[in-house]
Amino acid sequence: MEFTRNNNRQLLSKVATNDRHGENTPYFEGWKAYDSNPFHPTQNPQGVIQMGLAENQLCFDLIEKWLLENPDASICTAEGVDRFRDIAIFQDYHGLKEFREGVAKLMGRVGGNRVKFDPNRIVMSGGATGANETVMFCLADPGDAFLVPSPYYAAFARDLGWRTGLEIVPVDCKSSNNFRITRVALEEAYEEAQRSNINVKGVIIANPSNPLGTVLDKETMRSLVSFINDKSIHLVCDEIYAATVFGSPRFISVAEIIQDMDCNRDLIHIVYSLSKDMGLPGFRVGIVYSFNDCVMNCARKMSSFGLVSSQTQFLLAAMLNDEEFVGNFLRESSKRLAKRHHVFTKGLERIGISTLKSNAGLFFWMDMRPLLKEQTVQAEIELWRVIINKVKLNVSPGSSFQCSEPGWFRVCFANMDDETVQVALERIREFVHQGKEEDGASEKSKHWRKQNLRLSFSSSRLYNESLMSPHMISPHSPIPQSPLVRART
Amino acid sequence: MGLLSRKVTCNSHGQDSSYFLGWEEYEKNPYDEVKNPKGIIQMGLAENQLSFDLLESWLAKNPEAASFKRDGQSIFKELALFQDYHGLPAFKKALVDFMAEIRGNKVTFDTNNIVLTAGATSANETLMFCLAEKGDAFLLPTPYYPGFDRDLKWRTGAEIVPIVCTSSNGFQITEPALEEAYQEAQRRNLRVKGVLVTNPSNPLGTTMTRTELDLLLNFISDKEIHLISDEIYAGTVFSSPAFVSIIEVLKDRKLESSQVWERVHVVYSLSKDLGLPGFRVGAIYSNDPIVVAAATKMSSFGLVSSQTQFLLSAMLSDKKFTKEYLSKNHKRLQKRQNKLVSGLEKAGISCLESNAGLFCWVDMRHLLSSNTFEAEMELWKRIVYDVKLNISPGSSCHCTEPGWFRVCFANMSEDTLKLAMQRLKSFVSSITINNQSHQELKNTRRKNRNKWVFRLSFQSFHDREQEER
Repeated sequence: MEFTRNNNRQLLSKVATNDRHGENTPYFEGWKAYDSNPFHPTQNPQGVIQMGLAENQLCFDLIEKWLLENPDASICTAEGVDRFRDIAIFQDYHGLKEFREGVAKLMGRVGGNRVKFDPNRIVMSGGATGANETVMFCLADPGDAFLVPSPYYAAFARDLGWRTGLEIVPVDCKSSNNFRITRVALEEAYEEAQRSNINVKGVIIANPSNPLGTVLDKETMRSLVSFINDKSIHLVCDEIYAATVFGSPRFISVAEIIQDMDCNRDLIHIVYSLSKDMGLPGFRVGIVYSFNDCVMNCARKMSSFGLVSSQTQFLLAAMLNDEEFVGNFLRESSKRLAKRHHVFTKGLERIGISTLKSNAGLFFWMDMRPLLKEQTVQAEIELWRVIINKVKLNVSPGSSFQCSEPGWFRVCFANMDDETVQVALERIREFVHQGKEEDGASEKSKHWRKQNLRLSFSSSRLYNESLMSPHMISPHSPIPQSPLVRART
Repeated sequence: MGLLSRKVTCNSHGQDSSYFLGWEEYEKNPYDEVKNPKGIIQMGLAENQLSFDLLESWLAKNPEAASFKRDGQSIFKELALFQDYHGLPAFKKALVDFMAEIRGNKVTFDTNNIVLTAGATSANETLMFCLAEKGDAFLLPTPYYPGFDRDLKWRTGAEIVPIVCTSSNGFQITEPALEEAYQEAQRRNLRVKGVLVTNPSNPLGTTMTRTELDLLLNFISDKEIHLISDEIYAGTVFSSPAFVSIIEVLKDRKLESSQVWERVHVVYSLSKDLGLPGFRVGAIYSNDPIVVAAATKMSSFGLVSSQTQFLLSAMLSDKKFTKEYLSKNHKRLQKRQNKLVSGLEKAGISCLESNAGLFCWVDMRHLLSSNTFEAEMELWKRIVYDVKLNISPGSSCHCTEPGWFRVCFANMSEDTLKLAMQRLKSFVSSITINNQSHQELKNTRRKNRNKWVFRLSFQSFHDREQEER
């Protein structure tokens, strides 16, 4: 079979056999560690706590209550089954009108009601993953490039470049100015690309930022719009964390910015989703909202490849059109996120670990630079392996987000319960304390080297990419098998 | 430097074809028994609307599946969070069991080899991304589903080269046709990566014979290329011969350890067999672990909603239900197809003998004013605008012989079908009368014909489309 397998491999496309899906990077090692030894408060209290998953688990009770009160939102219940056949048949790529209206209302609301979104411009896609890829297919050809301010979402490499053949040109942002995107940095990256004969088709940003958890201020937004307008290139704003903003400054959608600017609106495109704001990643609701009619029409045709299940559209249409529920949900969600964020950041402060000041997202950007033995990516990865192996927390190293400064880590805080938060904080406290005790303040670096830096796994079978992926719980895990296996973001 | 990608401006999405234009017309003037009895009857939509009552009654008896509950517990949170591209294990198990059941349990499927996608549309495109790229081609027997132009070529850059099938042998695939297609691809400097067939066939409504399947396997073996078998209509086979899946043939020929085993891939969906196109449930089944791994990662771009996976895992795990559903559904399809065939017969129209699918492949060659595609278009326009039936012209399916049309029968009530047949009968009678007086009224006829020339305005049509096979 081996010879056959090799022969057959040559018969596959480059896309199927290259590494541009990005899943062989160290980023996924943390996942594997978690999957082989997942924390459970009673059944596996020594397990790895998942802090690499940007999920919003804080408000399910609100949604569950709504579902109980609205059985007709399901086409399967006695109350809703009279709609079953119409919905089961419905595969029009325009999407259910009520669904689009609900989404447009939500987007408007999340933008502070300063902009009205047109339901007829709402185009569906297979999650934000599908939306980002679709937009790229519409805006650029293989070999073209997009500028992406770093640090950026680890899976952008896959979403923007894998099947599209596009290149990412990072625009490095620095901690010296809190990782703000500067006009200078953009210009530099653009010029350099030009010099290398790379055809830059646009800029893509995430606002609020993943992994920073910050919102872009008005000035930066205006500068961005002005930059792309000058160069006649596109601006794609991934606004999927828009409703996770808590505290000030408020979220400003690019839709609001262009209202007061002289700008070619054909260059402006928004990506949205319900995975973060509403905590529903399993429902695969991605949205492309483009101000460019050609792009909108093309994206709509492409949405055939990733339509939202009509059953799901129907349910969400009912939910999102319940304005009282949505208002209450958004308020409550912000409150809970704020509280959780506060518990963590204050807790870390007391331990002497600082984080980037943030007011959005489901994570914070943690500064572990003082703990690095040297300011290199290698040292960062070493520290990270210690955190996974010894401290047993799956956090995400900054290098997986292409951060240009080693030592930063993204830590998710909204995907666990309050007790687990305390356990996590306690582990960090112990770890830092231990470090201080054993080595004295100046000997921190030697401590990490003494540790066993090899990741230990219970089963090497997990590494055979062709048989399994990072997401299977090991059959040897002491945790009773959840019938549902969770994935990473 | 264009502002947008070439994909935006090119035509490979294929949505300017007449196939979609018919829908445009229907959308503007849809038939309704009460509100618009003179409207256009939709017969271009390969949907199965005959068995919803069975699904609805299952729902009534299974309230837990409807409300995110299992064993009395709410599992809403787990479902809401579940985005693992490996899919819900319970759903995959239920799905592969269902697939086996449809094939008379003569084959079994391994859940490790199945990849869930957002509909067969996504499955086909994803497989293409895995197997081909710009400069490559897949061979497809004509006539074929018009959406393949979009699904297989648009974003992947791959090409389709037709395997020409003709009415001389019931449009079956022959060896010379396969060889000719292969040569044609070479002439066009394309590297042939595989063959894709739809079995049961859309638009023919026939199941492939063992001879054809054997021929295909020999061909792909010999040329060392892939075979994709799109079997989304497998559960719609309502009369003999029984459906034979390519997997069954591989097993019968003991080819599990051969080189060819890993080069055969099956596409499936619940859109036709269960009548649930809105739920976007598709699947790729492959014995090549590299393909499974790559396709699994790609499915991130179009996963099946966890809400839907959960509902269907409960439904398809109910073996009593699936058995009853398949059996009743077949009977209803057969009955309805018979009504269409006999209705057509009364209008003096014959169709290809068929035993599957949601449509018939209808022979209207005798109604053409000439044996040309222009005449086919003319006839089609008359049928859409005057007879007010939206049917699909063979040219949109890349058929090489003018005069064939695909006519769907499972997406309307029995009464509507009856009305459609009456309209057709009247139309045919009127043509016949015309033909008889043709000799005498040659000039007048030429004048009349000019009235039927329509200039379609394409602008307004680009905006709308129905997903249909």
